[in-house]
Amino acid sequence: MWRNRIAWRLWAGAVFLALFAGRSGAQTSNTCIDCHSSLDPPLQVTADKFTADIHAQKGLGCTGCHGGDPSDPSMDAMSKARGFRGKIDRKQIPALCGTCHANGDFMRQYNPSLRTDQLSQYGTSVHGKLLAKGDTRVAVCIDCHSVHDIRPSRDSRSTVHPLNVAQTCARCHADPEHMKGYSIPTDQFAKYNTSVHHDALVVRGDLSAPTCTTCHGNHGAAPPGVGAVHNVCSTCHVFQDQMFQKSTHKAAFQAANLPGCVTCHSNHGITHATDAKLEAGPQGVCMQCHKPGDSCDQARAAFLKGLTGLDEAIKDADRLLGVAESSGMEVSQARLEEDQARDDLTKARVTIHSFRKELVDQDIQAGLNVTAKSLQGAQAALAERDYRRKGLGISLIAILAVVAGLWLYIRQIEPKSPGVSHR
Amino acid sequence: MRSWLDERLGLDELLAPLREKSVPQHKLSHWYFLGGITLFLFAIQVCTGILLLLYYRPSAGEAFESVQYIMTRVQFGWLVRSIHSWAANLMIFTAFAHMFSVLFLRAYRKPRELTWLSGMILLFLALGFGFSGYLLPWNTLAFFATKVGTEITGQVPFIGHRTMIFLRGGEEVTGATLTRFFGFHVALLPGITTFLVLVHLLLVQKFGMSVPTSVEEKWRASPGEAKEMKFFPNFFLRELMAWYIALGVLGALAALSPWGLGTKADPFAPAPAGIKPEWYFLFMFQTLKLIPAKVWFLDGEVLGILLFGVAGLIWILLPFFDRKPGGRGRRMVLGAGIFAVAYILAMTVYGYVAK
Repeated sequence: MWRNRIAWRLWAGAVFLALFAGRSGAQTSNTCIDCHSSLDPPLQVTADKFTADIHAQKGLGCTGCHGGDPSDPSMDAMSKARGFRGKIDRKQIPALCGTCHANGDFMRQYNPSLRTDQLSQYGTSVHGKLLAKGDTRVAVCIDCHSVHDIRPSRDSRSTVHPLNVAQTCARCHADPEHMKGYSIPTDQFAKYNTSVHHDALVVRGDLSAPTCTTCHGNHGAAPPGVGAVHNVCSTCHVFQDQMFQKSTHKAAFQAANLPGCVTCHSNHGITHATDAKLEAGPQGVCMQCHKPGDSCDQARAAFLKGLTGLDEAIKDADRLLGVAESSGMEVSQARLEEDQARDDLTKARVTIHSFRKELVDQDIQAGLNVTAKSLQGAQAALAERDYRRKGLGISLIAILAVVAGLWLYIRQIEPKSPGVSHR
Repeated sequence: MRSWLDERLGLDELLAPLREKSVPQHKLSHWYFLGGITLFLFAIQVCTGILLLLYYRPSAGEAFESVQYIMTRVQFGWLVRSIHSWAANLMIFTAFAHMFSVLFLRAYRKPRELTWLSGMILLFLALGFGFSGYLLPWNTLAFFATKVGTEITGQVPFIGHRTMIFLRGGEEVTGATLTRFFGFHVALLPGITTFLVLVHLLLVQKFGMSVPTSVEEKWRASPGEAKEMKFFPNFFLRELMAWYIALGVLGALAALSPWGLGTKADPFAPAPAGIKPEWYFLFMFQTLKLIPAKVWFLDGEVLGILLFGVAGLIWILLPFFDRKPGGRGRRMVLGAGIFAVAYILAMTVYGYVAK
């Protein structure tokens, strides 16, 4: 019985390999490229372009998607009899890619760690839903991954490499003509380029910093709902979210249907959150909802005073430590304390999301205590510097006195012709 | 007390040569002070080095912290360490100045060839002190400078790699390198140097101070003009004045610009951009940077090291090229001296301004 089962499995394996040997197009010659390299775009596919494609590198050829017989140099190669499918209809592209990419057994041969849920995710995306309704202007696989020169996302030349994702999305989403009829803005890319996330990703080169897909998803791309915004932000900003979840603002925001973090920090154009967000003026965010003079306004003013007070204290200590350092004094311990104070300031800024004065004050006081020690260290270093300089002055006077004394003594023992005797 | 000691040790007899010793006096006599100042700075190095040893710990885990402790917690530790570092630099400077003054005044000529030879070895030992001592605080700059320096040693043909492994105590600069450098710095080099300093001083004592050729010729023409002063007390008191001035300069440097500590070495961190060695190695480092990667069939760096090796050897043997008065050898030595000063100055300045 079990021998029959083994025989059956071997037979099934042979069929599978035979099928995908055809799909992978283990070709001895590729007549597709021979012709298409000399055609004009969009039919042009050069050998250079195709060899950069991850599929070609893994031994998968044109037939995998387009069918046909590339070993036949005649036009019969592109006959229906040879399984030629021609240009793939946009509506069919996700399903075609999915025949391999949604097949765990097949993908395991090439990249066991690659996910195989792209097709099902795509079905849940705005792009996928609209495509299902017949809208062929929405993005399908090739719009983001390109075609015939698809590179893995870790390749910096790939259109879906973290550094290039925003640019790829912007090809459609920043094009007012293309986006006409979708009633969503087209300034996301411009705003993103001014954001702190863009700075982190592009300027600082931190590839873990957010780009479009980090918040919206990639294959399942969709705008996060009002109630889900905090879940998106909290994937990185964990503590801020924990504070916010326990705060009185959570219920108030829900009641007013406000989208959590985005309400104060905005979304695509999110800038570095400075203490100015707590100001009463146009830069501040609190007074968009609160009234001047109410208890929340007073709390806002207290938060701002506490944070700016600690920030100023750190700057004062930093300036004094700089003076001491430029005088050659060793102040590494005071610098360590200053770092600790900066950490406390950062912590206080995070604690603001609890909107509880006693918690924020606790962090600010801790920072002020450490800053006082750091300032003391700087003052002690400067006092020590002055002491050394006084010591130097006294020593130099003593040395000069000895040198002068020696000179006078030499003059005394060599009265006329100093130290000279004839040979 | 004196008579008590004299009775037992024969002090008068021992000090007789000192009383009889005299120093030629002429317009170039002030160059004689350089050797004494270098010796004084070496003595300061020994004294401050011993004081630093009381607190310094030669291991990768503790070296930086122990120097930090010396700089911040030990009473006058900052002064001792700063003087040790500044005196090291001043000593190498005065040793170089002494060497060039001897060269230009032709004080190396017969019978003082061995004095020159021992002096040159002492100069190389001073550079060895500088190289081994630089690593001891175990800070970032020292770590990477040692890495680069030992890598260059590794390029020497045939023996380079083995020498590098010996210096580093392995393939990489680690705590083992620090321990070795500490051993070289506080035991091996001081032992050899002390012995050679004694030999150098004995030779100076035996042959006396050399009189520059121009002065010698003048005195030979009119012997009545020849002048000299007694070593003790006349010359000694002048030397003492120079030592006091050197002490004042050291104190001022230590108080106004204490030697920095930097950040603790992190072997896994990338090397800081534009890393450069200490000023006395800069002319060699800059030369190696300027030589193309390949010169004919030779690796550029190997060629540079070979050239410096040959130049060093020729430099040690310079007195043997200057055999005849007014001969070609004499002009060659003078030309080599002028070229060396100009080259070292130009390459050092270039090394500082180049990125």
